Amino acid sequence: MSGASDTGDPIDAIDAEWLRRTHPTDWRNPKPPAEPYDLVILGAGPAGLAGAELAARHGLRVALIERRGVGGNSLHAGSVPSKAIIGAAPRDRGGPRPEFSAVRTHMHRVRARIAGYRSVDRIVARGIDLYFATARFATEQSVLADGVPLGFKKALIATGARPEDASIPGLDAVDCLTSETIFDLEALPARLAVVGGGSLGCELAQAFARLGSHVSLMQRQPKFLPGVERDAADLLTRSLELDGVETRLNTEVIAAHREGGERVLDVRSGELKFSIGADAVLLSTGRVPNVQDLDLGKAGVRFDAATGVTVDDFLATSNPNIFAAGDVCVRRQFAHVAEATARLAVHNAFTGGRDASSHLLIPRCTYCRPEIAQIGLHIWEAADRGIPIKSYTVLMQDVDRAITDGLDEGFVKLYVREGGDEIVGATIVAARASEMINEVSVIMSAGIGMRRLATMLHTYPAQSGAIYQAAMAFARDQPAERW
Amino acid sequence: MLERLQCGAFTYLQDYADPHTGLVADTSRPGSPSSIAVVGFALSCYPVGVEHGWSTRGEAAAQTLKTLRFLAQSPQGEAPQAAGNHGFYYHFLDMRTGRRVWDCELSVVDTALLMAGVLAAASYFRGDEDGVEAEIRELADTLYRRVDWLWAANGGQTLTQGWKPGFGFLKYGWEGYNEATIAYLLALGSPTFALPPESFAAWTRTYQWENLLDTDVLYSGPLFTHLFSHAWIDYRGIQDVFMKSKRMDYFINTQRAIRVHREYGERNPHGFEGYERDLWGITAGDGPTPQQAAGSALRVYGYMARGAPYGPDDGTLAPWAMLATLPFGRDDALRGTRRLLARYPGVCREDRFASGLNASLVVQGHPWLSEGWYGLDQGLLIMMIENALSGLPWRLMRDCAYVRTGLLRAGFTGGWLTP
Repeated sequence: MSGASDTGDPIDAIDAEWLRRTHPTDWRNPKPPAEPYDLVILGAGPAGLAGAELAARHGLRVALIERRGVGGNSLHAGSVPSKAIIGAAPRDRGGPRPEFSAVRTHMHRVRARIAGYRSVDRIVARGIDLYFATARFATEQSVLADGVPLGFKKALIATGARPEDASIPGLDAVDCLTSETIFDLEALPARLAVVGGGSLGCELAQAFARLGSHVSLMQRQPKFLPGVERDAADLLTRSLELDGVETRLNTEVIAAHREGGERVLDVRSGELKFSIGADAVLLSTGRVPNVQDLDLGKAGVRFDAATGVTVDDFLATSNPNIFAAGDVCVRRQFAHVAEATARLAVHNAFTGGRDASSHLLIPRCTYCRPEIAQIGLHIWEAADRGIPIKSYTVLMQDVDRAITDGLDEGFVKLYVREGGDEIVGATIVAARASEMINEVSVIMSAGIGMRRLATMLHTYPAQSGAIYQAAMAFARDQPAERW
Repeated sequence: MLERLQCGAFTYLQDYADPHTGLVADTSRPGSPSSIAVVGFALSCYPVGVEHGWSTRGEAAAQTLKTLRFLAQSPQGEAPQAAGNHGFYYHFLDMRTGRRVWDCELSVVDTALLMAGVLAAASYFRGDEDGVEAEIRELADTLYRRVDWLWAANGGQTLTQGWKPGFGFLKYGWEGYNEATIAYLLALGSPTFALPPESFAAWTRTYQWENLLDTDVLYSGPLFTHLFSHAWIDYRGIQDVFMKSKRMDYFINTQRAIRVHREYGERNPHGFEGYERDLWGITAGDGPTPQQAAGSALRVYGYMARGAPYGPDDGTLAPWAMLATLPFGRDDALRGTRRLLARYPGVCREDRFASGLNASLVVQGHPWLSEGWYGLDQGLLIMMIENALSGLPWRLMRDCAYVRTGLLRAGFTGGWLTP
């Protein structure tokens, strides 16, 4: 890749800045110290960066080793570029469509700008030794960074995850895009086939449909977003269909091939077999942890190719001096979880602390329109734990601000432990569910129950008024107290 | 009015039954195959006709026997054109030959509705005079006993929704409450292939108890899901573990669901034509197709399961639905039905309700109406009116030992189950 160019493509200049911030072409690794580092971190994604920053703030000597570019999947091929694309797609169904070149430029600009907040310069300024190198363990107390030995007192594995290769015959022939490559598309595909209806698959299917692609979305399971409850998944399916996405549930791709310039997927849905032609194919079937090529065995770190590095609740691996955080070891693969687990891991590593990762309250969101956000327990998880739940539901169509905004798809459900007022979880489907769920996160963390929530004023009118309305429904549901 | 409308619905079962096989057509439209669920409703309704004098006991018994004989003799097996497999039947059968049509699925729920009718018939025809009624009971027992519910669970804890030859079990997800309760009760009551009691716990695991529009309810969107099992099972006063924990029962739950639907009619968030607190009924059924709505801004879905308040809702109401809730709230059902008939008299021709009305879509000067009649609507209406008038269908099933066993094994206690 070249630096600033004179071709006139604004993206070249943006990408030069991007590279300067994430992986400068003229970078030279520091000279390793004679003494072992206090902490060596493998991977400079959200987990690695958060762990390094915390350790450096406490005066520890830290080495951060990155194979490609600082920022990890989230910045390069995950949350940031995908939300930039979604943000550039028309907000309203049938709204004016931007040129795809403008969308690309926006995405690159957004990525470069956000890279500035966690740039190479800032890492160095914090006194962290940054190595661009491939890391592998040499012993239980040392790693090799491109063959250069670095000793450590503690290490943090934060190598993340990557898109899973699907074992579909002929898939190589159709040059599948993944979350790592779709953002390099230079032109909008007229027909896009998306394989896999998890968060990313649904988000990009909808965004590309709004940008003007004809999108087929295939999902092997009977619903999109298998981790969300029926009412939310059904609403999403209808929303995708309104956007013109051809939704195909219970549909499995069994083979792929090329016919001339066309990419063809042979699929099976029930006993029906048919083919779907496309100009581009996005594979978003899952992610696998990056545990290969790390020589984890030499460090005495147990792992599993499918579930990643084995950690205890305190994020320690089978080597008590080596910890892990983020996608490489946790089930919920999100940037904010990666950062939180990294801080926990570093804290536990250096204080002998016992902060349990299972205590983290994790809000999560799928950024479709409407957005689908969740926190805490699912209904069925509560059932399995014998916790009786009552859901206080408010439909967005009954929320004044949602009506005035014309954004009244969705609902708020607060899951409340029966017999009391403790909120144990929530599902929110709404235009701004990603924001609204954070209120629930705060009230749950603060131990605020439905009774107090019903006394906390909310601006009127507001979309988050739905949360307040749920609390008011709870209050109405209680016997009136005597005056 | 009630008896007239009930009789109108009953004559559908006579007018659209095949004279040789006894199978009843899914719809009144030309070339319609039989739906096995409609046959289940029909078998449950013949006794109602006898009690009202619309047919003689002999005629009803003969019609029932013809149907059961045909079902017992129709081929079962792996062959794609069989009528069924492992005692289950395909969803749609050719009216004359009884063979599978449309490459449809072997349906677990629809077989359950069929078997509910088979058992209702056996419970009613208890006489022995000329051997006809004895043969009905014998055939009913054979048909029910040969349904292999364990096979339909495909090694899992819960029932699959169906099976297709050359493919296998369908993997559509079932989550939350719906109309399938009757399938579990019949599967748990089987003397031959009974599911274990744990299957009912697994089935209720995804239930969601909600406070919705200020009503506490075990939610399911389409109204029919609150009515189908209830057409046969008298849920008044009996409780499973879930309902006991909520201090209510499935009968009261349907009353609550009706309250939600009426409140939704009042709020009418999408501003559809015709919706009121006394004009409601969103459920599965026929609706306008996108072709029929071409040129209109209305987004429509054709035949589908609609629900309230989460949707989908395209302005289509099921005209029969309010009256079908008669046992759960006489006043609301009658007031709503009268309001509907006064405002949209076209929904009821020859004393039979159409499957769907969409007043937001005007076609040639009239609100869109589903063409002809659907057998399921007629059968459900006959049974529900009768449950309200005399309770006959409920009584027949209360007297059925298999149903009683199924309820007890599912963990139901109290009320009429108390010895």
